[in-house]
This record gives sequence, structure tokens and C-alpha cells, in this order.
Amino acid sequence: MMKKTRRSFLKTALATTAATALPGSMFLRASSVSAAEPVKVGILHSLTGTVAIAEAHVVDAEKLAIEEINAAGGVMGRQIQPVVEDGASDWPTFAEKAQKLLEGDKVSTVFGCYTSASRKAVLPVFERYKGLLYYPTYYEGLEMSKNIMYTGQEATQSVIPAVNWLAKNKGKTFFLVGSDYIWPRTTNRIAHPTIAKAGGTVVGEDYFPLGTVEFSSVINKIKAAKPDVILSTIVGGSNVAFFKQLNSVGITGKNQAIMALAVTEEEAIGIGRENITGVLSCMGYFQSVQNPQNQKFVAAFKAKYGQDRVIGDTMEAGYLSVYMWKLAVEKAQSFDVEKVVAASSNLGWDAPEGAVKFHVSNHHLWKHARIGEFTPDGQVHILYESPLIEPNPFPKL
Amino acid sequence: MSFDTFVTQVFNGLSLFTVLALMSIGLAIVFGLMGVINMAHGELMALGAYMTYLTSVVFTRFLPSMSGAYFFVGILVAFAVTSAVGFVLERVMIRHLYKRPLDTMLATWGLSLVFQQLFRQLFGPIDVSVPTVSWLQGAWNVTPGIAIPLSRIFIIGLTLAVALFVYLFLFRSRWGLRIRSVMQNRAMAGAAGINTERVDAVTFAVGCGLAGIAGSALTMIASTGPATGQQYIVDTFIVVVFGGVESLVGTFLSAFSIGELQSMFEIVLSGSMAKAAILMLVIVALYFRPNGLFAIKVRR
Repeated sequence: MMKKTRRSFLKTALATTAATALPGSMFLRASSVSAAEPVKVGILHSLTGTVAIAEAHVVDAEKLAIEEINAAGGVMGRQIQPVVEDGASDWPTFAEKAQKLLEGDKVSTVFGCYTSASRKAVLPVFERYKGLLYYPTYYEGLEMSKNIMYTGQEATQSVIPAVNWLAKNKGKTFFLVGSDYIWPRTTNRIAHPTIAKAGGTVVGEDYFPLGTVEFSSVINKIKAAKPDVILSTIVGGSNVAFFKQLNSVGITGKNQAIMALAVTEEEAIGIGRENITGVLSCMGYFQSVQNPQNQKFVAAFKAKYGQDRVIGDTMEAGYLSVYMWKLAVEKAQSFDVEKVVAASSNLGWDAPEGAVKFHVSNHHLWKHARIGEFTPDGQVHILYESPLIEPNPFPKL
Repeated sequence: MSFDTFVTQVFNGLSLFTVLALMSIGLAIVFGLMGVINMAHGELMALGAYMTYLTSVVFTRFLPSMSGAYFFVGILVAFAVTSAVGFVLERVMIRHLYKRPLDTMLATWGLSLVFQQLFRQLFGPIDVSVPTVSWLQGAWNVTPGIAIPLSRIFIIGLTLAVALFVYLFLFRSRWGLRIRSVMQNRAMAGAAGINTERVDAVTFAVGCGLAGIAGSALTMIASTGPATGQQYIVDTFIVVVFGGVESLVGTFLSAFSIGELQSMFEIVLSGSMAKAAILMLVIVALYFRPNGLFAIKVRR
């Protein structure tokens, strides 16, 4: 027994020495290399599990941006080397992989996360290791970490312009329906006062657990309430069920104003293009945005991944994240996180979605809101484009 | 609540009943009769949905003139493929786990993850679109205020047909007789000359095939993607457990009561609260009747 303990003590001691010695020696090597050594960045999204439906293709867009930057000479003369990790739709796994990227791979920045739950899971890791995360998803706001740059819309940038446009163009009575978690709930909390201010009323509100496939009851409620507008914050596979079942009782985008705040061109494929024609969406980016930057982006993406691929809002935000990081690094002349964050203040770029820029202090982007309707080919015909909207992650309600 | 809303809601309950029954009937056989806790049941439904998708792709490419009939072929293909997969699974994996229910749970859960990733690799992470055939689109407008979707009527009919098939198969065929005797007393059935291993494999395959049919039919009302099975599995288990394991009648009654109650709750409560209320009711019911609504009385 005694012998065994001593042996295991020795083993632990050896392992500890090795563990403490290793990063030190690596650090020495890293600091003495020439500037041409590639710089590592992390990509952390779910490639497996339930959220992969929304997240896996963001990786493609981020890789494309990295490839383009490398072809053009890299960042401060150094090639970017992506380290891709799979968060597996599991929040503890996200935290674990974030730690691995920051501590093990010593990446300069990470592009990643989709759900707020995954972001909340990695946030303490990024703050502890003083890492940097670019988060490309539209989300509910109510957060500002000094170690995260938010490149999607926060809630006020989508729901306020959406409601104002709907009240002006489609009618004053709203039925709110959503999945039951933080993003839809927060979005609708912002929607309520906005609707009231626009002179409208909410005639019904309902929430369903994630993954619900049975919507006939709420459709019945909607029919009874006869709203001018259905404002949907349903996410994921439930959207397919919701729209198929709406269509089967004769409610379609052609005879009823339906605004789906979480449906991009990619989700439209699964819903069935015939089921979503005429439905409205409000995003920062649609593939159909007309400008030379976007034409270049769409062409490059299709050339790399196939002509039948489509691009949604989050993918574009992932793509622009990489460029925003590159610009910040070049402005700071350093890969140091604090300097990169400081350089990001007011930093602008001509993105595929148009000119965007970071807010002077709150880490979010000034973005356009675009409202469009789905056409039979699954693309979006843009009806309205707002001027750049100031990000306001902590709105007063 | 207006009259139209009420009538529609009663129908919605009826429709939900048939959806739940269709989802659960395969599991009622696999879990109820054989005692296999198959956590991959949802993925077998998703497999059925994907087979329907493939059939639709083949029809639009090679037989566009026949596309109105593809759905029937899709259902048959779904049944054939999922039952074949079920047969192989039983032979390769499940049969080694019959006396170890906890291991079965873990193994089939792992299997469900493997299936999900396989779907993701083969069909991509994004949902695929399974078109609803033209003659099942739209609704039957009973009155201007009451619209009954044709797809729902089809599902009701299909569920009745499947129920009839299961009844005839289990209670009016030689195979059914063998299955029931093996489930009641394996050793005696074996002694009487029944090939019990073969019966196990066939029973499991039929249960899986029924999951495939359900998955195929549900493409009309829900999504077809790698995570589709996860949307069904919880409801399916609730229905079977609430109805009473080992009782097919119980499964149907349980699906009926859950379907109608949930529809009524959903009209007065929010969707999430209705779901919570149903789960509470099931818990309370199981507290008083631990073996479910219809427990077969057996001497142990």
C-alpha cells in the first residue's frame, strides 16, 4: 500500500513538473520565432448535435475569410492558421474547448458560439484567460464583456425596426408567438412597448418549448384573434412545423403578414420554399443585398462550397468578424487582446452587408436592419433598409 | 371561445391523439412487449423521414408525372428500410443486452447519437424539405370558420390502418401467436419449438418499421433533419409509460387522453404551461397507478 502511494506520488510529481515546464518552454520558442510564423486563431462552433443545423455553416464562412486574408498576405505579414473545435451543442463542452484553445493552443482570438447558452458558458473562460471572442449571432443583448466582440444584431437592432415597419405597412394588431427561452422572451419584452408606441396592440402571445412540433392550437388561437401581423420568434426545427401547419389551414405569407425573426435563407430550405413564400424576415444581412462587396463574397463562397449553397445572416456575420479582427490587429499593430479591443472602438469596414462599424465603447456593431419577403426561390426580396442603427444592448424598457 | 374555435380544437386534439399514437405504437411493441428501452426510437423515425425525402427526390428526378403517388411509395420504403435496419440492429447489438435494461438504455442512446451524426454527414446539418403531395395540401373547409387540414385527415386514416395491421398481426396471425407466447414465457415457448431468437428479431424489426412509417407521415407536419428524432422521443416515451407498458390498448388510450387534454390546456394556457400541466398530470397519475393506465395483472 505504502509503496503504491509513493509511486503514484512520484507519478503526479513528474506529471506536474512536465505540465509546468512545457508551456514555459513553448512560450520561449514562440517568442523567439520570426514574424513569418503563422498566427493561430480558434473556430469554436457546434459541428455535431442539435445546434449544428444553424452553426456548422458559419465555420465555412469564417474559413473562407481566413483563406482570403491569407491569400492577400495575411495579418501583419503572418498567415492565419485556424484551429477548429467542435462545441457539440453542449455548453460544458464549449467551455472546455474554449479553455483548450486559449490555454493549449494559445490562439490570438476565437470566432465562435451560436446560442446564448454557449456564449454564457465560455464567457468566464475568456475573461479568466483574457482571451478574445467574436460572436456572430443575432441575440437578445443584455451583455457586454470586455473579452467579447458582438458582430450580430442585438435585439433592439432587429425588433424595433421590424415592429415600426410592420405597424406602418401591415397593420396595428400583433400576435406574438415564440420558442420558450431567453431570446424570444427578451425580444418580445422589447416588442411590447415598441408596439404600444407605434399605436398598435398585442392581441395574443404564446410560447412553446424548444423542439415543439405541434402548433395547431396556437394556430387556432391566431385564427380567433385575427391579428394584422404574426410576429414569430420560433427557432430551429419548430419553424418547419409552424409554417407547414399554418399553410395547411390556408394561412400563408400571401394572405397574412407573418414576420419570422429567426428564419434566414438557410432555414427556408428545411421549411420548404413553397411554405414560406411571402413571409417577412428582418435581418442585418440577406444574400440578395446589392453591393459589389456582397457580390464578391457570394461568388467566392459559391465557388468554394458549391453553387447550390445559400448564405444566411449569421454566416455573413462570421465572415465579417474575421475581417474586423484583422483590421483591429493591424490598427493596433499587435495581437494583444487589450490592444485589439481598444483598436476596435469606432473601427469600420465595408462588409457584404454594407458599411458597419464598432460602437465607440459597447463592443457591438452599428448595423443596418433589413426587412424582406421570401420569394419562391428561397431568396429574400428586400423591401426596406434602415440607416445604421446604434447598438443598445441594455435598452430601457 | 367561439363555437368554431371549440370544434377546431376538439379536432386538433383528435389529430394530436393520432399523431401521438402513430409515434408510440412502434415503441409500445419494442418497449412494451419486449422490454427494450430503445432511446434510438426517435432516430428510426427520422430515418423513415429521410427515406421519404429520398423517395421524393427520386420521383421528382425520374418520375415527375407520378409525383402525386410518391408518398405511398415513400411510406413503404420507410417501413422496409427502418425494419431492415431494426432487424440488423437486433442481431448485432440489442440481443446481447436483453437482460441488462440499463446497459440497453446507454447503448441505444449512444446509437441515437451515431444515427444523428450519420444523418448530418449524409444529408447535411440543415433540414431537408420533404414536399407534401399536392392532393394533401390545403384544408377541408367544413364551414367558413372551420378548416380541417387534409394532411391531418390522412394521418388519422393512416393511424387507424396501422392500428388494424398491428392488431391483425399480433392477435390473428401465426407470427403474433409466437410473439405473444415468447413474451409471456420464453422458456416454455422455446420448449414448444418456437425459434425465440427469430421471434425477437422479427418483433424488433416490426416495431422499428412502424417508427419508420410514423416518421414518414410526420414529414407533412414537421421537420426532417438530424435532430428530428429528438423532438419525438420524449412524447413517445411519455405516451407508452403513461398508457402502461405491455398494453397496446393502454398506449392508444394514453395517446387519446394526452392529445385531447393538451389541446384543451393549450387553448386556455400558454403552450409551455400546457406542456408542464400535462407532465404534472402524468406524474400524479403514475404516482397512483405506477404501472400506467392499463397494467396487465400478472402474478410475479
